[in-house]
Amino acid sequence: MTARSRFLPGGWLSAYAFLYIVFLYLPVIFLPIFSINTAPTPKFPLTGFTLQWYEDLPRTPALLDAAWNSLIVGVSASVLATVLGILAARSITRYRYPGRRAINGLIMAPLVLPEVIVAISMLLVMLQLGLSLSLFTVVLGHVLVCIPYSMTVLTSGFEGFDRSLEEASADLGESAFGTFRRVTLPMVAPAIISSLLVCFTISLDEFIIAFFLTGTEATLPIYIWGQLRFASKLPGVLALGTLLLVASFLLMTIAEILRRRAARRTQNEGGLYA
Amino acid sequence: MPEQPQRSMIEIKNVTRSYGAFKALDDASLTIREGEFFSLLGPSGCGKTTLLRMIAGFDNPTSGSIAVGGQPMEGIPANRRPTNMVFQSYAIFPHLNVEQNVAYGLKRLKLQGGEEKRRVEEALAQVSLTGLGKRLATELSGGQRQRVALARALVMRPKVLLLDEPLSALDKKLREQMQVELRRLQQAVGITFVLVTHDQYEALAMSDRIAVMFGGKIAQVASPKEIYQRPVNRQVADFLGGMNFVKAEIVEESGASLVVDTLGFGRIKTDKPKAFVRNGGGATLGIRPERLRVLWDNATAKFEVAGKVVERHYFGEITHLIVEIPGLEKPLSVTETNDFGADDIPVGTSIRLAYDPEALVAMAD
Repeated sequence: MTARSRFLPGGWLSAYAFLYIVFLYLPVIFLPIFSINTAPTPKFPLTGFTLQWYEDLPRTPALLDAAWNSLIVGVSASVLATVLGILAARSITRYRYPGRRAINGLIMAPLVLPEVIVAISMLLVMLQLGLSLSLFTVVLGHVLVCIPYSMTVLTSGFEGFDRSLEEASADLGESAFGTFRRVTLPMVAPAIISSLLVCFTISLDEFIIAFFLTGTEATLPIYIWGQLRFASKLPGVLALGTLLLVASFLLMTIAEILRRRAARRTQNEGGLYA
Repeated sequence: MPEQPQRSMIEIKNVTRSYGAFKALDDASLTIREGEFFSLLGPSGCGKTTLLRMIAGFDNPTSGSIAVGGQPMEGIPANRRPTNMVFQSYAIFPHLNVEQNVAYGLKRLKLQGGEEKRRVEEALAQVSLTGLGKRLATELSGGQRQRVALARALVMRPKVLLLDEPLSALDKKLREQMQVELRRLQQAVGITFVLVTHDQYEALAMSDRIAVMFGGKIAQVASPKEIYQRPVNRQVADFLGGMNFVKAEIVEESGASLVVDTLGFGRIKTDKPKAFVRNGGGATLGIRPERLRVLWDNATAKFEVAGKVVERHYFGEITHLIVEIPGLEKPLSVTETNDFGADDIPVGTSIRLAYDPEALVAMAD
């Protein structure tokens, strides 16, 4: 490798990279900017700075209800998806059996299926089963979309988990449960927490499935959708949207840090790699 | 060599381990004595690791029995066996520091009044890691991890320490240093060590006795010297370094000796190996390359063969000569140290080689 190729060539490529980032993030930047603007319509030039829209948020009972609903759905879906993900990820990373790759592919598939189709299919199935639409049905839907994400995070944390660590624990006199508590759990805990955070974020932001599967109870994205009909409510929506954005960004960052820590723990061990 | 009567520590009786039709271990029987350094030596897939894992309790025999310290191990899980293991990957717990790793097994014993701390210190001192107790596993070199794994097992004061290819991940220099240290440590603590290795020099340098294994069967159990000098068959001979094989015809066979005729070495009387099976009228003799000596100038020896150097390979402290002997179908390998100028013998030179008929051993095919 020559010294020259270590640096990004100046000129056109840098300009392209800059435009690329602008294209990705400019729309997102508008949200917080207009949320602190005094004018109720999102238009330039800006008229002045205010936090009024944020102060109004806690005084809206419908929004608090929606936030509470989102919290319930998010926690339930992330716990369920992570538990199911742990079982699947452990089986896929630990054992070799025919159909292992196919199973992995099928679990990951909901990631690329059109969400509208998934939502309509689930609606049909749940109605056939005689379930009445409620937050519970939303949780089921969110578990389905969260599992691929959970699997991605967990397999990267479990991959390369040296089985001899568990054997070493048993060899030193520890019982199966003690081994799980003192070795397995501490090693994979970062990956599990990371999976919980990712799933919670996905569920918090998810709209289509929640829209189809909820009854009368709205989650935050559905509440936002409802508010968009009223022009006067827009600044509040922008403020709420900004908060969701910040929360998602923080949760995903923490999740990624934890995932990397888990992957480092399991993968860079053993003298063979030293 | 007179065998000293010693108490046995591990009794392996007719142990077979099958996976479907494949037998990883086939009717293996073995006695390992108390306090000895015992090696299981063989190529990969010979069943040595399977046997070690069955002693540790990570695997169970399909048939046969294993006893440790006189106690049958059947049905006893790994966590209640009087054995401890040093894993090939070391299996250091990455979320614990050195001290916590070493104290891992002691925690369950709930030792009183600083006894745990004292034993951890002692174990760290035994492997020369004093002062590194607070280091994380990720901050250690390969050699240091190896020592942590050793200390973690030794601190449990097991009856038997099992070592699964513990030196294979280290570089050559560190490996040779650890061989000496391990041997010294074993003699200091007096615990029975069972080492699995595919490295014949490692086994020869460290062990009191070696079991050579091929294809799930134990081919020979003996001291390093005996295994090297009197291998029971060609496979064992080949695995433990270079060996010149010479075809011979049996002239006379008695209880303990054989008289054979060879083309290159003439008529030779040799000890008959225990496992010797007469294969028609033929037999195979073997002589190690270093047991053949170049005769310089007019020097003579009682037993010598004449030949011509066809190849020469220089290895620093030694030179390898390939010498063609009239009548022998394969040329002989000769190893000479480079103190007398073996590295200067030109290819094509006619030379004479001295040998001791004792060094020619008969073996099964």
